[in-house]
Amino acid sequence: MSILVFVESAEGRVKKTSIEAVAYAAAMGGDVTAIALGNDVDSSELEKLGNYGASKVLHVDDERLNQGVIQAYSSIIAKAMEDSSAEVLVLANSSLGNPVSARVSVKVGASLVSNVTDLPDTSAGFKVKRSIYTGKAFANVELTKEKKILAIKKNAAEIKETGGTATVEKYSVDLGDSDFGAKITKTDKATGEVLLPEAEIVVSGGRGLKGPENWGMVEELAKELGAATGCSKPVSDMDWRPHHEHVGQTGVKVSPQLYIAVGISGAIQHLAGVNSSKYIVVINKDPEAPFFKAADYGIVGDAFEIVPKLTEALRAAK
Amino acid sequence: MKILVCITHVPDTTSRIAFTDGDTKFDTNGVQFIIGPYDDYALARAVELKEQLGGSITVLNVGGAETEPTIRKALAIGADDAIRVNAEPKDSFFVAEQIANAAKDGGYDLILMGRESIDFNGGMVHGMVGELLGLPSISPVMTLDIEGDTAKMAREIEGGKEYLEVKLPFVAGCQEPIAEWKIPNMRGIMSARTKPLNVVEPSGNGENTKLEKYELPPAKGDVKMIDAENVGELVSLLKNEAKVI
Repeated sequence: MSILVFVESAEGRVKKTSIEAVAYAAAMGGDVTAIALGNDVDSSELEKLGNYGASKVLHVDDERLNQGVIQAYSSIIAKAMEDSSAEVLVLANSSLGNPVSARVSVKVGASLVSNVTDLPDTSAGFKVKRSIYTGKAFANVELTKEKKILAIKKNAAEIKETGGTATVEKYSVDLGDSDFGAKITKTDKATGEVLLPEAEIVVSGGRGLKGPENWGMVEELAKELGAATGCSKPVSDMDWRPHHEHVGQTGVKVSPQLYIAVGISGAIQHLAGVNSSKYIVVINKDPEAPFFKAADYGIVGDAFEIVPKLTEALRAAK
Repeated sequence: MKILVCITHVPDTTSRIAFTDGDTKFDTNGVQFIIGPYDDYALARAVELKEQLGGSITVLNVGGAETEPTIRKALAIGADDAIRVNAEPKDSFFVAEQIANAAKDGGYDLILMGRESIDFNGGMVHGMVGELLGLPSISPVMTLDIEGDTAKMAREIEGGKEYLEVKLPFVAGCQEPIAEWKIPNMRGIMSARTKPLNVVEPSGNGENTKLEKYELPPAKGDVKMIDAENVGELVSLLKNEAKVI
């Protein structure tokens, strides 16, 4: 089986979620080709995808693609699926991957499933498990078309290093004006931070922190853990923190190894964004906070005392 | 400005999720249905754009007769008329094809919907509709303004925002903070009763995926409480028991 994997990069590096997508494709078995777009990632970085199971990487080193142009990306990936006779396209769920895969699925007539949480079951047909109801349930679905697209959720596959190197080939597709119909005029992006959807550890703060000026201790704890920072909906609604940090039903859904919630009561809409975390720690002064029911470890007490102490204890334990 | 807003009819975010019929059907017992929260943002922005620029708003839902109260609510919020495609929404492609077929001769300047439904969370329908109609599709859109024949918007990306411009018509998947949700007033509720709600039969090739079975996640174990005076214990549990740091 021939599998194509769409990989995304940021700041010259292949994203960790895309490495997971390569590892997922490798674990499915078959011949894995990756495709990367834009000239802000170089060949030596792409060769490393061999270490996770890709034999070949198609590189479209067109400067116009350094930005995530949804239509142009869709045209290229659909053509690459055809050229590489790929039966399956694998990619990581993301703000770019999802709209791109939707268009590709129509172009190539593929069955498409997003939020895939496990490897496919091919014992009878081609079936995958996907998360639904914002992580509150799963659906097992069969992909009935000959071509298939899987947008995978974080942690759907374990990253295994094979020690291999991939060959990088230049690849290009003729693009028309309509591919660039939507013009990106500006990008505002945090640099050098651990990004929320990619993070293995997330430290989030809620209204219990009383104001944006008190986020220093949350950031310090996050820094000590190499974690991303998140927040609850009221906090982003009040502009204490930027919207892209809002974790919950209508914000970012995270699935880290460890989620630490500070001063968040745990409304059901917030839990919907964190319920696929492996371990949850809740720090809250209210012993009745509903979040404790969803937690693995809990501390009842004043966040302003506990958080700095926790940072100190982590530092000491190093 | 002619705007089409596609809405989903989904369980309230606080609903208990359960399944029946050998885990092949969602258990609607005691569940309250609402306009999808993301779709509600799209609708609210459509109402604001209509106030600003004039024009009309059509809402569209793919669903059985049981979704009509949800459609009437959208009419009460400010849509002028509605289309219900009389079919069970089978999968993203099925829904996208119904929307594209209903929209293709409608002359809409803008096709808005939520970034994803909150039942299946696919986040795919807007892209598929765009591709089927040969229009640009952009999602998730956080702000949207119209200047002449150009739409200007911000799209959320990991760790920030991207600003875009596109010529109308186009398809957008919307999310907060594009507009504040609108609560229907009495006049809206009264007038919604008589606004046209047209029922059309489905068309197209059907679905690309088949549901086998639903399942619920395993129950969570009990929380282990740690004394506030002893945060060191938490560190050692995270290190030695959970093995996550």
